[in-house]
Amino acid sequence: MPDPTELELTAQELSEHEAESVIETEFHRGRAVLVVDPDKVRPVLSFLQGKGYTFLASLHGVDYYPHEPRLGVLYELLDMHRVERISVKARVPTDAPRIDSVVELFPGAEYPEREVFDMFGVEFDGHPDLRRILMPEDYEGFPQRRDFPVGGEPVLFTFNEQQSYGKDV
Amino acid sequence: MEIRRTALPENFRSRQLKAREMLRGDLEGDDLERYVQERVVTTTVDRAVAWARGNSFFPLTFGLACCAIEMMSIVAARVDIARFGFEAFRASPRQADLIILSGRVSIKMAPVIRRIWDQMLEPKWAISMGACCSSMGVFNNYALVPADKFLPISVHVPGCPPRPEALAHGILRLRSQIQGHAPDGWRERYDAEGTEEVLPRALGGQGAGPDISLFSGMAPARPDQARPDAERAEGRRGDTAGA
Repeated sequence: MPDPTELELTAQELSEHEAESVIETEFHRGRAVLVVDPDKVRPVLSFLQGKGYTFLASLHGVDYYPHEPRLGVLYELLDMHRVERISVKARVPTDAPRIDSVVELFPGAEYPEREVFDMFGVEFDGHPDLRRILMPEDYEGFPQRRDFPVGGEPVLFTFNEQQSYGKDV
Repeated sequence: MEIRRTALPENFRSRQLKAREMLRGDLEGDDLERYVQERVVTTTVDRAVAWARGNSFFPLTFGLACCAIEMMSIVAARVDIARFGFEAFRASPRQADLIILSGRVSIKMAPVIRRIWDQMLEPKWAISMGACCSSMGVFNNYALVPADKFLPISVHVPGCPPRPEALAHGILRLRSQIQGHAPDGWRERYDAEGTEEVLPRALGGQGAGPDISLFSGMAPARPDQARPDAERAEGRRGDTAGA
């Protein structure tokens, strides 16, 4: 992990390279996070890749309900020579959940981006094949959002055993 | 039913000779009748076929989740399902006649299972194993469907996961369903008649007791209407005895 000083230096370099790309930095429990502008995620990751963070270890979504903007897309980067990790976080609102795809930089991001689209509804601009990956293709809604009902089926007990599944009795 | 046991004849050799006599056609009259009554069992083809079917399930090699680990161990030494003739797990649905849904079924997996089920040849049976498959257990959320929604399940084996002994018991339950008279309701099947919950009379009940019409599929309305087919069978047997 980079220490807080190095995180600030990285953020400084990034701001010089791409103006107003870093919104803030977080350093919590040894984990360095760069909160970046969602419109500038591709140049930021390209810069970090050139700096040595060549491996995208994970790409995932988060719903920060009730905080706004609600959705977050997290990129966990790893520098395999120095063995250092850095997280890049981009927050997008639910009414326009769009962010640039990074498949061109990291080809392994294709399936994780599809999963984030499947579960949170974040649309990745420039993704080669943005479809649902886990849920059925005709599924409606994004089930990992916090305002999505947990769902499930009523379980048949003795008092309602007559109403079999698929029948209205 | 009273069971009478008679001592085996000591002289096995003389029995052998008597069997040869009968096969040659030398045994006649009372001797022949006694011989036949002692040694021949009459049955119907249906019952014989059901007996054979119930003793030779070919389960499908098909696992969904952690229950599959328990399902695999029923063929191992401890709960040796080969004792009953069910050890031949077939890798093709065309050759299998029993599907054990061992695990949680997701929305996306359900059509696949249904397709496998449709590829199996009749007669075929399904066992739902574990809590997830029957009632979705701890995964009761947007991703799962209960097995009852897309397959006719014969036996539900509860547990999370069920022990191998429980699954073996479920398979033996299925065997007795196939071999014997299989009642429609689960209460009759599990000797649980009389455990119906008493519902409020506002739901349409007339008398003071529980409204039995709600359970029309489960229990007979009057005891004397219990089994019309059984009564008919009794009558037939009486006629035959009279004639």
